[in-house]
Amino acid sequence: MENGMLEQFTGFIYPNEYFLQWELLIVLYPYITGLVAGAFILASLERVFQVKVLWPVYRLALLSALAFMIVAPLPLLSHLGHPERSLEMFLTPHTTSAMAMFGFVYAWYLAVILLLEVWFDYRREIVVWSQETKGPLRYLYKLLTLGATDISEAALKFDDRAGRVITILGIPSAFLLHGYVGFIFGSVKANPWWSSVLMPVVFLFSAIVSGMAMVMLIYMVTSWVRWKPIDMACLNKLGEFVLYALIVDFALEFLDFLHRLYEAEESIHILSQLITDRLFISLVVLQVLMGGLVPMIGLVAARFGRLPDEMRRMIYFLVALLIQVGIFSMRWNVVVGGQMFSKSLRGLTVYKVHLFGLEGLFFTMGLLLLPVVILYVLMKLLPPWIDGHAGRELPAPSH
Amino acid sequence: MSLDHEDVGCPGDPAPADAAGREGAIAPEMDRRQFFDLCKQALPASLTLLAAGLPIKLANAETSAPAANAAAPEPRLASYAMAIDIEKCIGCGRCAAACKAENKVPDSPHYVRTWVERYVVPKEGETMVDSPNAGIDGFPDLPAVDTLKTFFAPKLCNHCANPPCVQVCPVGATFQTRDGVVLVDEDYCVGCRYCIQACPYGARYLHPEKQVADKCTFCYHRITKGLLPACVEVCPTQARVFGDLNSRSSPIQRVLRFNPIMSLKAELNTRPKVFYANADQEIR
Repeated sequence: MENGMLEQFTGFIYPNEYFLQWELLIVLYPYITGLVAGAFILASLERVFQVKVLWPVYRLALLSALAFMIVAPLPLLSHLGHPERSLEMFLTPHTTSAMAMFGFVYAWYLAVILLLEVWFDYRREIVVWSQETKGPLRYLYKLLTLGATDISEAALKFDDRAGRVITILGIPSAFLLHGYVGFIFGSVKANPWWSSVLMPVVFLFSAIVSGMAMVMLIYMVTSWVRWKPIDMACLNKLGEFVLYALIVDFALEFLDFLHRLYEAEESIHILSQLITDRLFISLVVLQVLMGGLVPMIGLVAARFGRLPDEMRRMIYFLVALLIQVGIFSMRWNVVVGGQMFSKSLRGLTVYKVHLFGLEGLFFTMGLLLLPVVILYVLMKLLPPWIDGHAGRELPAPSH
Repeated sequence: MSLDHEDVGCPGDPAPADAAGREGAIAPEMDRRQFFDLCKQALPASLTLLAAGLPIKLANAETSAPAANAAAPEPRLASYAMAIDIEKCIGCGRCAAACKAENKVPDSPHYVRTWVERYVVPKEGETMVDSPNAGIDGFPDLPAVDTLKTFFAPKLCNHCANPPCVQVCPVGATFQTRDGVVLVDEDYCVGCRYCIQACPYGARYLHPEKQVADKCTFCYHRITKGLLPACVEVCPTQARVFGDLNSRSSPIQRVLRFNPIMSLKAELNTRPKVFYANADQEIR
């Protein structure tokens, strides 16, 4: 394999650059945290910004964010050379390291924001289920009440207020979570492909796009599986928000590209070679064309065109799928692309995905499926469906 | 029994004695029992005073100690650095081979702590660079181009004064010693490889067996014993000169003084402590 790879290298690379350091797992990590941030921001649109039409996907978005969040640190952990030492990042964090802050940002977001919000939102139902459910599940619900079984009017009012406050806190937290992931890359001055002040912002908006599109997908698929009608007003609104976020994301990335091209620094030659020789498919075709322009046209047509609902649903579904491909490609282009040229700026390396092993394709796909399994369990445990209820008022009478 | 007021209280604790003296509470005819009773009564007060006085005493001790030792000279810390004279390097690769042997660097050509690059600048077109097996086995024949100039450039960790690798390490496993050498604590490194990404010089790699970041240490185990780094020791032309920037008599001072000097990627503000003498701008 080595000889085969050597032949594909072009120009000169430093000897230590032969192996890529961050592979598929590190592509997965920003992709998954992006889904968390995006799904959460969608939920907060309903909760804080009172976009009531999104109510059918509110709880779904929260549970999706939670499911992906649980999986988010796994790719990082599996990638470490010494995972058994990972706790050192919490116990003896190095304060100048952006990466050392991961544990704290993650713990804050998972424990303080997501879990609390889900708990406050579901507390009334959990209390009811802990009384009505039979079998061992009853004890689980009892445990989940954390002893707070008061569902009087005043208590529910408090739940609602607490939920709102947490969501308001959650929006900057979601921004922090994913902006921070962008900062990890954007602050590496040694790497001209990464080093950009726009990186955190680009990561944030691509996160919003991918998270919202993912909730869209999950909503459509779960509705189909459960043979329930899809709320078209909700889906249209969702499509609209995805479109706006996509436009901002696209504009920011275009600005970044234009800025680099116009400044034409020392690295411009190797970076243009990188795009044309190594990233053409994943950047130009998958990210820009299939993951950006085509979904934009599709969303405009489905949202504002005069089309039958069946057609709209089909377009939304395809668009949401394409967006996932596009955003995953974007993560790939950043993480892998940033390591495919030499820091001597004189050559390009090669990366071939392995099938097996911790950095392999199968393990990565397993990690991608894991949130789906977790989401399934969460849906069984805390059903997010509001069939038959027209709005927040019905399932939570105190509101 | 006659007691002078200065004798009451513990030795070395003048405060209670002073207080007791001012009160004048001690009768000259005091018997032993009365004396102990008085001591019992004074105990809380003297303990409080003692507790309040102790930190002051300690603080005084701390501030006065350096003043007392001011006459003794502080041991002067070195600031280790290397200078590489491009005009002197013949590209023999002995430095890279010695480094591998001295530091048990993995045998593969894709893990190196130091390497030698060959630059071929043609009269027209792009400069060609190569470093087959870090230059250990020599270099192939020159490419058939109309050559303007050729030279060799040995590379290693720059032991930056402002090291990005140290900045990004999430656990502080990579650090700067007080004598200016950047090292990795292999018992602490988690193997996240952020430092490898942050290094602009490609000086770091992930050790395939230890699964920790690894790189040049300036042969810290040797220089702290007064020896030279292995690569400097074996260099047949003294292209590599090692020394202490804080010592005026160090051989590195002469190289820095009498040659035009540059450091690599200076625009990144890493402030390298590997200096290149008579180097071409093509080196990066």
